[in-house]
Amino acid sequence: MILSLHKQIGELKTNLLKMASMSEEAIRNAMTALETRDRAMCSAIIQKDKQINFMENLVDKQCLELLALKQPMAIDLRFITMAMRIATELERVGDQAENIAERTLFLIEEPVIMKPAGFSKLARVSQEMLRDSINAFVNGDVNLAEMVCERDNEADELYLHLICDILEQMIADSSFVRQGVHFTVIALNLERVADQATNICEDVVYLVEGRVIKHRTLLKKEGCKRE
Amino acid sequence: MSNNIKMATENMSFYYGDFRAIDNITLGFRENYVTALIGPSGCGKSTYIRTLNRMNDIIPGTRVEGKVLLDGENIYASSVDVVEIRKRVGMVFQKPNPFPKTIFNDVAYGLRLKGIKNRSELQDRVEASLKAAAIWDEVKDRLNKSALSLSGGQQQRLCIARALAIEPEVLLMDEPASALDPIATQKIEELITELKKNYTIIIVTHNMQQAARVSDITAFFYMGKLIEVNTTEKMFTRPSKKQTEDYITGRFG
Repeated sequence: MILSLHKQIGELKTNLLKMASMSEEAIRNAMTALETRDRAMCSAIIQKDKQINFMENLVDKQCLELLALKQPMAIDLRFITMAMRIATELERVGDQAENIAERTLFLIEEPVIMKPAGFSKLARVSQEMLRDSINAFVNGDVNLAEMVCERDNEADELYLHLICDILEQMIADSSFVRQGVHFTVIALNLERVADQATNICEDVVYLVEGRVIKHRTLLKKEGCKRE
Repeated sequence: MSNNIKMATENMSFYYGDFRAIDNITLGFRENYVTALIGPSGCGKSTYIRTLNRMNDIIPGTRVEGKVLLDGENIYASSVDVVEIRKRVGMVFQKPNPFPKTIFNDVAYGLRLKGIKNRSELQDRVEASLKAAAIWDEVKDRLNKSALSLSGGQQQRLCIARALAIEPEVLLMDEPASALDPIATQKIEELITELKKNYTIIIVTHNMQQAARVSDITAFFYMGKLIEVNTTEKMFTRPSKKQTEDYITGRFG
């Protein structure tokens, strides 16, 4: 019974890793498609999101079965409950990639794509955070997970600066407005990817150490009230 | 629930001859809490619980070191009357052990030993005990039938009623549901939750889900030692010791 629980947890982890690599690839491809004006790649990303959605359902089903049938405890319980949460985050990362691909299809219509300053940096930071969050999960690396969480502010700031730049550019040059709207949406998608990487890392810390680091400012405030 | 420590062991060791079955355990049991003792077979949890009302006294060649305190008093002190201790610290065993008597007389047995002879007082106490053990409705019309005619789950609740009749302060339960089906087990577990309002309960169980369901505090024993004691919620979601985690996730034991 226990052996079968651990075997099934192994299978669950394999599926989650598969899903993580699909989501990471989707974001990477979305950036490449924008760079190379690759219409076919955009369509492939949109199509492949269905597979990520399917994986989420599969992981959910496995988790629920394990909870109902094996009554896991301690690390096993933490793994299964966090697997459900991480799957939700990864599915949303897939959605962000799909949204970026859809916007890219519009941008490709333009004769010249005018990528705003700061866009590439946000794209790089978001992708690095996502990659590190997956590595932190694979290796149970709490230090790396906490480093990703600390980078969330960096991503937020990059996003805000980028939005300001896009706005200024749209005000200065009305011919940029059409592209500016699409870049605003893509920037938001990238910022959300950074948030999702952060959420995954918070889950990794709980999974490995049983320590809750979500909503830290809120927890601190509540602690103050109690005192 | 209170923060008062009703019962405790201090540096308590227990020996079967030269073999040290319990190794220097210091552990307190809070009043009106359910504390579960878990651990693999042979870890000493049953031996430990039996030291709490001196049930091991009858085994030749055994001895206790350290203290077992009930309301701060050492129950192994020479001045202590062991019968008095067993009235205050009742026990329910793994296998229901009804006496070959009527249901009424089974529960009244301890009361009569205590010297209660008045029929109406006996009736009141038996009824109160059967109600507290959540079996009154099932047996009230057949109190003169043999206790052996009851189902296993009913027999176990009858034994709990018998233990409650003499109004103990602490209730020790050594795997009280391991011989019962899931429905009877559920009734015993609900009963434990109800009883903790009035008693301090210490339960030994092999069933970790049961420990998780019924207890407030869980203590993990291994090879005669206390490895970890924690709130049950913490114990089963994020135990502090790796040994505990390995045991409750089935990685050893």
